[in-house]
Amino acid sequence: MQIRKEVLRILERNSRLTPGEIAVMIGEDEEKIKKVIEQLEQEQVICGYHTLINWDKEEAEMVTALVELKVTPQSGDGYNKIAEAIYQYPQVETLNLMSGAYDFLVRLRGKTIKDISLFVSENLASMEEVQSTATYFILTKYKEQGVTMIKKKQDERMVITP
Amino acid sequence: MKSYVTDKVKQIKPSGIRKFFDIVNDMPDIISLGVGEPDFDTPWHIREEGIRSLKAGKTFYTSNAGLMELRKEIAIFNERKYGISYDPVHEILVTVGGSEAIDIALRALVEPGDEVIIPEPAFVSYVPCVQLAGGEPVIIPLKEENQFRLKPEELKQALSPKTKVILLSYPNNPTGAVMEKEDLEAITDILIERDIVVISDEIYSELTYKSPHVSIASLPGMRERTIVINGFSKAYAMTGWRLGYALASAEIMEQMIKLHQFALMCSPTSSQYAAIRALKYGDEDVELMRSAYDQRRRFLLHELGKMGIPCFEPYGAFYIFPNISQFHMSSEEFATELIHRQKVAVVPGDAFGDCGEGFVRISYAYSIEELKVALERIERFIRELR
Repeated sequence: MQIRKEVLRILERNSRLTPGEIAVMIGEDEEKIKKVIEQLEQEQVICGYHTLINWDKEEAEMVTALVELKVTPQSGDGYNKIAEAIYQYPQVETLNLMSGAYDFLVRLRGKTIKDISLFVSENLASMEEVQSTATYFILTKYKEQGVTMIKKKQDERMVITP
Repeated sequence: MKSYVTDKVKQIKPSGIRKFFDIVNDMPDIISLGVGEPDFDTPWHIREEGIRSLKAGKTFYTSNAGLMELRKEIAIFNERKYGISYDPVHEILVTVGGSEAIDIALRALVEPGDEVIIPEPAFVSYVPCVQLAGGEPVIIPLKEENQFRLKPEELKQALSPKTKVILLSYPNNPTGAVMEKEDLEAITDILIERDIVVISDEIYSELTYKSPHVSIASLPGMRERTIVINGFSKAYAMTGWRLGYALASAEIMEQMIKLHQFALMCSPTSSQYAAIRALKYGDEDVELMRSAYDQRRRFLLHELGKMGIPCFEPYGAFYIFPNISQFHMSSEEFATELIHRQKVAVVPGDAFGDCGEGFVRISYAYSIEELKVALERIERFIRELR
């Protein structure tokens, strides 16, 4: 159990480390680590391996927005059916059911503000369960997944110290 | 021309690290594995507390011994972690780093001609501080085969009727060695029988990787003859805040406080407020850093092992101390060549005492990614040498 958590913590920060390297770092056998990772993948505890990209720096045409949705839950299925109808869209980056004043928080990615506005009005607001939407465009991403995206910190230390 | 400075000071050798720093400092694109401080920033909540204290106008002197609230937290921390209890009023002094505590402890204890035993390799300030206090340093060259732990036979051989103090430093800089409980128990009888005072520099006490740190002051008969030195630099990544402390019996502490009072008045006030926060709410930060160091330690040891560079497994601090004697170069030559050929900086072992010759100190206060790049270069370097 402890090994699983340790492996996950390491991979969460850097998924490029090999099973061999992780094995050395936590003092375990490489084969064992391979098995643990395979199992975590099978159980979908590990759902994928991504790269954290600051697209702003690449000057890519890209806009991200958060949309708050208030919906009328369907009887029987609660929120799940509505969620499914939303997350199927490739424009939806993340989808969370929230506590509080609204129900879903959707993160959308599009090429332009117009793209996103169109998607919200035509695809989200038009769903019969959706009561209202509020859209917020993201201006600057400072931190994602625990990583600061603004500038890389220089090593301020002197080169040699006692 | 007449010289104004004293012979006593002129005779002090400049730190070997200083010399090496001057070589490295001018060179561009160096990858350094040479630092003796954490790569982590001070945890943000601790920094915030320092800032808050400034905003609240806490910009005055504190009492000489340090803020009472801080001394109380130091007492609670040491009781909780190491089972040693000290009275915040008479037995705890907040100092400007562990370094100050070492200096004033020696000046409080050493009479001219007293012998002070220093097991080496050791931190660079011990010998000069003993000399400045008027004492005679007596060096015990520790052995790699003992994992640089002090053995009772070695201690016995170094004793003389003039022996007053021993300066112990575990977990150790530069070797990464620790003394476990049994190791300490093996020497306490001798220390008690010969009535020797221990200055125990435990600045790396929170960074151990095999078993929790044991303070020599916690062993029977040792508390009254031990000055424990500790601080915030290594555990909480607070080197620049310059804050440490000493724990000792009231009799010794009374004199140390005088030295501290007349040299420094008190330790930096904002650092003291930040330190209260660290002791109260910093456990989780320390654990995160400790586990990162431990991963790097294993990684570095494994990679050097693959290259055929032997190294005993160190269980403390953030250094490893590999043996490079197979290359038939002095430590200094090895380190200098490594800089010139591959631009990687490590510290020659003899900067920490003559018996460090044949070794280099490699710090793992660097990310795995940085270590990987440095290790590739070291591998290239030794391939050329062989």
